[in-house]
Amino acid sequence: MSEHKITVTVNGEPVSALVEGRRTLGDFLRIDAGRTGVHLGCEHGVCGACTVIVDGAAVRSCLMLAVQADGAAVTTVEGLAGEEGDLHPVQQAMRDEHGLQCGFCTPGVVMTLAALTSADPPASEEALREALSGHLCRCTGYQGILRAARRLAAVK
Amino acid sequence: MKPAPFDYLAPATLDEALAALARGAGDAVVLAGGQTLVPLLALRMSTPSVLIDINRIPELAGISREGAATRIGATTRQAAVLADPAVAGHTPGLTQATRFVGHHQTRNRGTIGGSICLADPAAEYPATAVALGAEIEVRSASGARRIAAEDFFLGAYTTALEPDEMVTALRFPDWPAGTVTLVREVAPRPGDFALVGLVGAFALEAGKVQRASIAWFGMGGAPVKSRKAEAAMAGRSLGELDLQEAAQLAVSETDPFDDIHATAAYRRTVGARIFRKAVGETLGLQRAAA
Repeated sequence: MSEHKITVTVNGEPVSALVEGRRTLGDFLRIDAGRTGVHLGCEHGVCGACTVIVDGAAVRSCLMLAVQADGAAVTTVEGLAGEEGDLHPVQQAMRDEHGLQCGFCTPGVVMTLAALTSADPPASEEALREALSGHLCRCTGYQGILRAARRLAAVK
Repeated sequence: MKPAPFDYLAPATLDEALAALARGAGDAVVLAGGQTLVPLLALRMSTPSVLIDINRIPELAGISREGAATRIGATTRQAAVLADPAVAGHTPGLTQATRFVGHHQTRNRGTIGGSICLADPAAEYPATAVALGAEIEVRSASGARRIAAEDFFLGAYTTALEPDEMVTALRFPDWPAGTVTLVREVAPRPGDFALVGLVGAFALEAGKVQRASIAWFGMGGAPVKSRKAEAAMAGRSLGELDLQEAAQLAVSETDPFDDIHATAAYRRTVGARIFRKAVGETLGLQRAAA
């Protein structure tokens, strides 16, 4: 069993920890970095709740080892809103379109939409829809999430 | 923390990785994109003593043109394959296949080499490599070899790799101008593994099929090449193609299984249907496909 000293930039702040090789990025973000907005659902890559942005790309944090993120920049849902608590455009669209109920899957959905709408060029509605197929939501029936995605695609 | 403990190595060079793999003697596992391996670790279906992460070896990632072929490094992300203009221009079948691989979020980490080495019977890349005639570059501490994709996949989750060998790249040869390709699959939901999948490449010239290559996924343990259907189509003019006959020949060579998702008979029926429809559309024979 190996241990590794790693430093990951989480929402702009460096976070260092000594982690076992087997620690996932999702566990590191919740336990070592205290970012409990990262929701671990299935922990084997199916549900999408744990999605975060690593070096600009939306990835499942349960399918990456923390040690693999050494030196990387990670954004979690805590890193989206402004300092005054003003919502990120994706959060605002999800709120306005009733894109969440219990909220468990929401951080993952929001991070996928945030990664794709801030890409250059921003993703089309079709690409957002396709990317949302990587998330399971048990409450909303997806309609509110899709409305939020349509709104985001329209304002780019 | 769900995986069992292991030693994690992240070599910076290929030689270090190959030396570690040789030392690991069958108990070391190579970590590429991790989109299948990490779940297997979390479920403790895989409990290696050593994990060799090859993501920090720069020479293993990237797409280049070499002669009349497109070479794709083993750790090239599926998202990079999907976005690459050289792949889309020279090997459009690979771009078509990549759209079906996993989800956006898993394609951002998942690699083409990892998918090839896993050899899941229902995965898109192995059958695509077989249909398009790819070669697989393999290295070990004691040497290098190239394996034709057709000879690489031995069965479900089983490849021709020796325990001390690692895939370093895939090489997709150019097909002649005028080649058309197709990838189709039937899956319960987007991103799920396919119940039935088909990859076809057809080199056309002067209204004739000069060469046909057809491979199935989800229709046997390894990708299934349909040689009888290929032979029945090669040399024929488009007007005299019998898609019904070709479809029946193509599925007759498959060996699908029953599982909780579908029966073997269902897979054959759906396979023949998507063959007629997809090949008809791709060759511009929609009416014949109706």
